[in-house]
Amino acid sequence: MMAIPSRTPARRRRKATDMPDLLLELFSEEIPARMQTRAAADLKKLVTDGLVEAGLTYASAGAFATPRRLCLTVEGLTGESPTVTEERKGPRADAPEKALEGFLRATGLTREDLEIRDDKKGQTWFAQFTRPGRKAEAIIAELIPAVIRNFPWPKSMRWGAGSLRWVRPLHSILCILTDENGASVVPFDVDGIASGDTTRGHRFMGPEAFSVTSFDDYAGKLKRAHVVLSAEDRAATIWNDATNAAFAAGLEVVEDKGLLAEVAGLVEWPVVLMGEIGAEFMELPPEVLQTSMREHQKFFSVKHPKTGRIERFITVANRETADHGATILAGNSKVLTARLSDAKFFWENDLRVAKTNMSRWTQALENVTFHRKLGTQAARIDRIAALARELAPVVGADADEAEQAARIAKADLNSEMVYEFPELQGLMGRYYAQAAGFGEAVAKAAEEHYSPLGPTDDVPTSPVSVAVALADKLDTLTGFWAIDEKPTGSKDPFALRRAALGVIRLVLGNGLRLGITSIVEARALVALGALETVDELKRLAALVRAKTEALNEKGEFGRSLLSVLPKQDVADAKALEQSVNILRGTLEGLSKADSDVRQALEDMFAIKTRLDTIRAKSKDLTDDLLAFLHDRLKVHLRDQNIRHDIIDACLAMPANDDLTLLVKRAEALSAFFATSDGENLVQGYKRAANILAQAEEKDGVEYRFGADAKFAETEEERALFAALERANATVTPALEQDDFSAAMTALADLRAPIDAFFDTVQVNAENEILRRNRLNLLHEITAACGKIADLSRLEG
Amino acid sequence: MAKTQSKPRSFQEIILALQTYWARQGCAMLQPYDMEVGAGTFHPATTLRSLGTAPWAAAYVQPSRRPTDGRYGENPNRLQHYYQYQVLIKPSPPDLQALYLGSLEAIGIDMETHDIRFVEDDWESPTLGAWGLGWEVWCDGMEVSQFTYFQQVGGHDCAPVSGELTYGLERLAMYILGVDHVMEMPFNDPDAPIPLSYGDVFRQTEEEHSRYNFDIANTDALLKHFEDAEAECQAILAAPAEDPKTGKRIIMAHPAYDQAIKASHLFNLLDARGVISVTERQAYIGRVRALTRACADAFVQTEAGGFDLEGAQ
Repeated sequence: MMAIPSRTPARRRRKATDMPDLLLELFSEEIPARMQTRAAADLKKLVTDGLVEAGLTYASAGAFATPRRLCLTVEGLTGESPTVTEERKGPRADAPEKALEGFLRATGLTREDLEIRDDKKGQTWFAQFTRPGRKAEAIIAELIPAVIRNFPWPKSMRWGAGSLRWVRPLHSILCILTDENGASVVPFDVDGIASGDTTRGHRFMGPEAFSVTSFDDYAGKLKRAHVVLSAEDRAATIWNDATNAAFAAGLEVVEDKGLLAEVAGLVEWPVVLMGEIGAEFMELPPEVLQTSMREHQKFFSVKHPKTGRIERFITVANRETADHGATILAGNSKVLTARLSDAKFFWENDLRVAKTNMSRWTQALENVTFHRKLGTQAARIDRIAALARELAPVVGADADEAEQAARIAKADLNSEMVYEFPELQGLMGRYYAQAAGFGEAVAKAAEEHYSPLGPTDDVPTSPVSVAVALADKLDTLTGFWAIDEKPTGSKDPFALRRAALGVIRLVLGNGLRLGITSIVEARALVALGALETVDELKRLAALVRAKTEALNEKGEFGRSLLSVLPKQDVADAKALEQSVNILRGTLEGLSKADSDVRQALEDMFAIKTRLDTIRAKSKDLTDDLLAFLHDRLKVHLRDQNIRHDIIDACLAMPANDDLTLLVKRAEALSAFFATSDGENLVQGYKRAANILAQAEEKDGVEYRFGADAKFAETEEERALFAALERANATVTPALEQDDFSAAMTALADLRAPIDAFFDTVQVNAENEILRRNRLNLLHEITAACGKIADLSRLEG
Repeated sequence: MAKTQSKPRSFQEIILALQTYWARQGCAMLQPYDMEVGAGTFHPATTLRSLGTAPWAAAYVQPSRRPTDGRYGENPNRLQHYYQYQVLIKPSPPDLQALYLGSLEAIGIDMETHDIRFVEDDWESPTLGAWGLGWEVWCDGMEVSQFTYFQQVGGHDCAPVSGELTYGLERLAMYILGVDHVMEMPFNDPDAPIPLSYGDVFRQTEEEHSRYNFDIANTDALLKHFEDAEAECQAILAAPAEDPKTGKRIIMAHPAYDQAIKASHLFNLLDARGVISVTERQAYIGRVRALTRACADAFVQTEAGGFDLEGAQ
């Protein structure tokens, strides 16, 4: 049925007779499927590296894994390591006796073994060592136990009363060397497990122990004992038999490489069985069928090629039976039916809830805390909905739809299906939103608003999805920033780096033009309690006003209070805060005030201070979050081969919270600097900036007053004035259109006039007026260039 | 391996077959623990006895409660109250897999026609501060047991290592008996004068408990009970080792552990009521783990936990 792992007969014939083959098998309880391939590779590397390090060479090596064994074959091994002679230098001949004694101790030699020879530093003791070659057998007997003890399993364990660690209990070790005289066991012992020349076959179909004499003998006997040694062979058999079975029924297997590799690691003797899925489950979404079968049962899905409906399953058993798998298939079908009954039960229950507008799920979100410091899921949804509405016009979505989508996007988290299969979150949201009668854009947003989840995940482009996805991520970022739960080092428990990258990719992928700062700052103010604080201020102002108005004798202080406090419009927070500032200046009047009023005013001052602190914190928070986004953006752009200094030059520009503009600028700059025009622009800028900086430093002033062409003396000077005027005439409108390359091309034309200017004109003229005018001219040049990016940040 | 006996015909016959089999392998046949637990592992015969160096071999049935799995007795295989069969042997014998397969034969699973597989399933109990490596055992694609080599319990490394086997009895029995709905499974011999199905015994209790767990359980009271159990557990462990009345060294690891079990179950109930958020969950689990850890710390100071009083003096 299956090929024995191949080896080239030609090599075997060429092999020298004193070149033995090594066969090693580590036989254990079942090794997790996901670890087998790596373990085989590790075994090969560790052993062959060890052999080579010990001075042996080999012709070829191969490693294999099954659920119960790791196997390594090394062919054409040298029989022993070569004898090595080496020399070690000791102390000088005239060194103190103690030094020589120390050298003898360290080398284990006597004085007779040493000789004195001339060295650069004079007469010196030398020791000659001869390390005799060692038999391959001895080297292996030492190497293998060390490899076993230090094996890099992702997770290992102890068992019984022993201290050895292996992935699961290790039962036996087969280790033989085979040459033309036959096979011999390489003797060693690892925690009571002695090496030998025996192994066992399939747990049920070939459990008896047998001894082997070579790799060929081993592989052949294993096959007869119902073990296919090579994982590739097992996978190939499974895929081949599965596609044949499906084809014969006019169906096709849904490809799943991960599952294939896993299943190949679960069996030593794969037997493919195909079964039917009950008609009652055909109404379930195909993703549900597939997920349930894959995750719970490790079944392949078999679909109808035309309709895409999943109609059958394929399971892979680990044995043949007298009834040709009938019992096994019946059992598997039964388990699947129970699983799918569960899924159907969830689906039907969920649909009932969905059809009542999902209100039970959305209400339930009120009882679920999102984060202790960030309130309930319902409160979070409110925030996301408000933000999605606000973002709707920017992304081109309908505001009502965006809000609606945000309100139901996470409803499926309370569905039974998602409780059972968390990986279906979003997808079920879409099905249920459709069932609830929401529009396609809203339903789609339920599925897409989690995206993008990683750097390669698709970015949603439907406007409603984009609005909700962006609102969700911005709310998460602002919220966790507000409670100071930022990612640190490798710790990012709330996946905030992913959220930040999500924001970046959503904005860039859709070319969105929005200033993140104002959005974040508004949210930060709310998150830090600005609204409550303002409300408290309003309440106190109204109280002060009412109390003061009620006084018979208002006095001068009372009258001034009333004149300062806003009247009807206490609701106007800005006016109110101004009046608090004014009132603060009249503190001396406080002593004359009514005690209630005085208390209220003092409270107002305290609250105003708190409000100011919140404002400052919000500002800091926003700056910090923007810096975080910029860091993620830098990583993102570096992956697109944009130089870091170009990114820095663009980040230093205003409106750097408009990420689309920022990247547009950086990309234009990057492309431009690859051309000679770009080089011209930078050189022109640098020359002007250097002279200007030197003069400013020397004079201790900044030349920012604007140059006047009428003071121009030479032709070159006038030409530069004219060129600058021409350039500016192009640059300003170009930048208004965000046409960076037009602006840069215009500025690059300054290079020649600048060079001519510097070649002929003495900037530091005797005449102070001329000198100042020229320096101011240089400033205008750097300022014009500075409209593109902060070119001073460029390297080289 | 012992040859297949006559096929069992009822739920209880399967339990009895397991009892007989493991008794024959030398296990002490214990009885269920008399408290509400989420799994057989919580029985002190497993949790506490897997600690320390003293050899141990025990098997027992443990009624287990998972409030979130309640389905009002309607779901064919989900129950909020079900039975686990639990075996714990320390140190784990080298032939534990073979012993286990023998137990499957003993309850009527023929290795020649069925497909038995050991599929990676690392076990971790955050509330017990415990983990181990092993498998879920599949019979024809159905998980019939958990097979675990304990590596750590209550924050203590297990040395020697215990081997733990857990059988989900209802599911296993339904499979062997060929029953599609748990409530239709014969509980006693179908030919008995009064044949009882699983549903006769448990349908109504499932319904009652489902309603209670999901909608009625007073969450404020549960929260209070949780705090009380936590405080009691801590208070018990804070008592000095020497009992002033008897003058003996009596560390009360077991009474304290009872309170930890209680806290754990109350947490499960609160979880079923949906009042614990994802983030709060971690905090509650952490609190229960702190209790079980403290109990484990106390147990290893006792004789059964391998504490050598003579040596310590």
